[in-house]
Amino acid sequence: QSQYSVILFSFQQRIEIHKLRQGDNLILGFSIGGGIDQDPTQNPFSEDKTDKGIYVTRVTEGGPAEVAGLQIGDKIMQVNGWDMTMVTHDQARKRLTKRNEEVVRLLVTRQSLQKAVQQSMMS
Amino acid sequence: MSATMDTESTYSGYSHYSGHSKKAHRQGRDRHKSPRSKDGSRSEKSVTIQAPPAEPLLGNDASRTEEGQDDNWGETTTAITGTSEHSISQEDIARISKDLEDSVGLDCKRYLGLTVAAVLGLLVFLTPVAFILLPQILWRDALEPCGTVCEGLFISVAFKLLILLIGTWALFFRQPKADIPRVFVFRALLLVLIFLFVFSYWLFYGVRILDSKDTNYQGIVQYAVSLVDALLFIHYLAIVLLELRQLQPVFAVKVVRSTDGESRYYSLGHLSIQRAALVVLENYYRDFTVYNPSLLTASKSRAAKHMAGLKVYNVDGPGNNVSGQSRAMIAAAARRRDSSHNELYYEEADHERRVRKRRARLVVAVEEAFTHIKRLQAEEEQKAPGEMMDPREAAQAIFPSMARALQKYLRTTRQQQYHSMESILQHLAFCITNNMTPKAFLERYLSAGPTLQYDRDRWFSKQWTLVSEEAVTSGLQDGVVFVLKCLDFSLVVNVKKIPFIKLSEEFIDPKSHKFVLRLQSETSV
Repeated sequence: QSQYSVILFSFQQRIEIHKLRQGDNLILGFSIGGGIDQDPTQNPFSEDKTDKGIYVTRVTEGGPAEVAGLQIGDKIMQVNGWDMTMVTHDQARKRLTKRNEEVVRLLVTRQSLQKAVQQSMMS
Repeated sequence: MSATMDTESTYSGYSHYSGHSKKAHRQGRDRHKSPRSKDGSRSEKSVTIQAPPAEPLLGNDASRTEEGQDDNWGETTTAITGTSEHSISQEDIARISKDLEDSVGLDCKRYLGLTVAAVLGLLVFLTPVAFILLPQILWRDALEPCGTVCEGLFISVAFKLLILLIGTWALFFRQPKADIPRVFVFRALLLVLIFLFVFSYWLFYGVRILDSKDTNYQGIVQYAVSLVDALLFIHYLAIVLLELRQLQPVFAVKVVRSTDGESRYYSLGHLSIQRAALVVLENYYRDFTVYNPSLLTASKSRAAKHMAGLKVYNVDGPGNNVSGQSRAMIAAAARRRDSSHNELYYEEADHERRVRKRRARLVVAVEEAFTHIKRLQAEEEQKAPGEMMDPREAAQAIFPSMARALQKYLRTTRQQQYHSMESILQHLAFCITNNMTPKAFLERYLSAGPTLQYDRDRWFSKQWTLVSEEAVTSGLQDGVVFVLKCLDFSLVVNVKKIPFIKLSEEFIDPKSHKFVLRLQSETSV
């Protein structure tokens, strides 16, 4: 009779992005997709196709997001303390593009990060 | 066109003994080849005659080989040899005697049953009338006068008897369409019931009314009316038991022909095995393609070749180990590197190609032939360019141009015995009369049709035997198997019950059909 124990890891990374001013706008340099009002089966980056979280779908080259280390396929869990796992697409956009904020601190999770930690544990 | 000897007839071993008029027959050239047994179990004697040389067509026996003899039929006219007409094989003798005794025995039984039923029916019908009339005849003076109610009852009796008569005529007076081995259980039960019923009424009548000379005439008439009412109810019972009960489908029955595996499914209700056999046979003549023994020769020759090459030598002494020998043969045959599957494949592909080529030629020839005649409208009759012909003459006029192609096609598909020249001409005249296209004319020849389409002599299946492990008057059950045998093949019938269906209901509000678009937005921030 064998016993199993389950260890949960959260593979998360904190990323700090400084917004760039372009004319009248402050841009972050990436695109998001997903939301609770969207269709989760179309998301190419999620492992679980019922995951309605916010994912990074594109990162512009040389932009502030890339400089800060954000990668395509990251799932954004929190923005400046606000939860992003159960928001609509528009709410997510609003939370990222607040005019009075110059810095956004994101909590992201990444599949490659999960796999790297798992591999290092097994070896 | 000489029409003197155009009696083209195909003669087989069966038709000679059916009691019909003997057909005049003459003989083809290769007579010595013909009594070759095709399927190994009977010798099929097909003698066919050919019309005068103007239109040589069919009328060969299947033993002829092809092309070289096509044009020589004009010469084969008047040779009669003694073999076919007067020689009878052993099987034919057995068949004659079987036919004779069967026909006599069953007819007697059938007529006996019919007479009993008729006598009983007449008796039953006249009973109420007798009940009403006998008091009038025997003790008229003592009877109470018949009031209005009583006379009203007379009318009622008369009309009910009329209805009963019409109902009985509709239900029971039918041509018997089959001879079956055992009596119908329900019919016998009904007859017994009616007999007992009427007997008990007569008994009561005789004791209580005739003997005591009852004077209450109205009571007597009411008694007669009650008899007629009860008879109507028995008639209702007869309808339900004999007709309605088997209408609802309960069993799905699979019928497979033993020689070539052709199969059909039928739906039947609660029937006895013999009635189910009747239904199957009635549908057999309409649904199954005609039994053609010449189509089976190929597989038989293959089978013969397969086992022919092996011989068993017993080297261990005089012990006669039969099963061991046969097992050894089967094992050796299985191991032998046999290329017969190759032969079969190429032969079938070849045959298919040949059939299609001949079919194309035939279709073209027939279409061309049909263009030669034209229907004359009524007003054109005076100024007709050529002579006017009736359908038969028109058919005879265009027949020669398609005769050869048709004959070759029928030979390739081995249907040539089923169509005589006379029948083809008749069919052609029929098609011309009814304005059919060439394709409609050819429909009968391009594929084998059901047995009913052909001449009775070619049926190979007239006398049937029901082989069953259960009693033939017992009802159908799931899993019952019975076999309908005729001389050349048999039909294996397998009964399966239609499953119990659980049907449930689901209501969908028409307003509940609503849809949304699948959203996948991407916003850049």
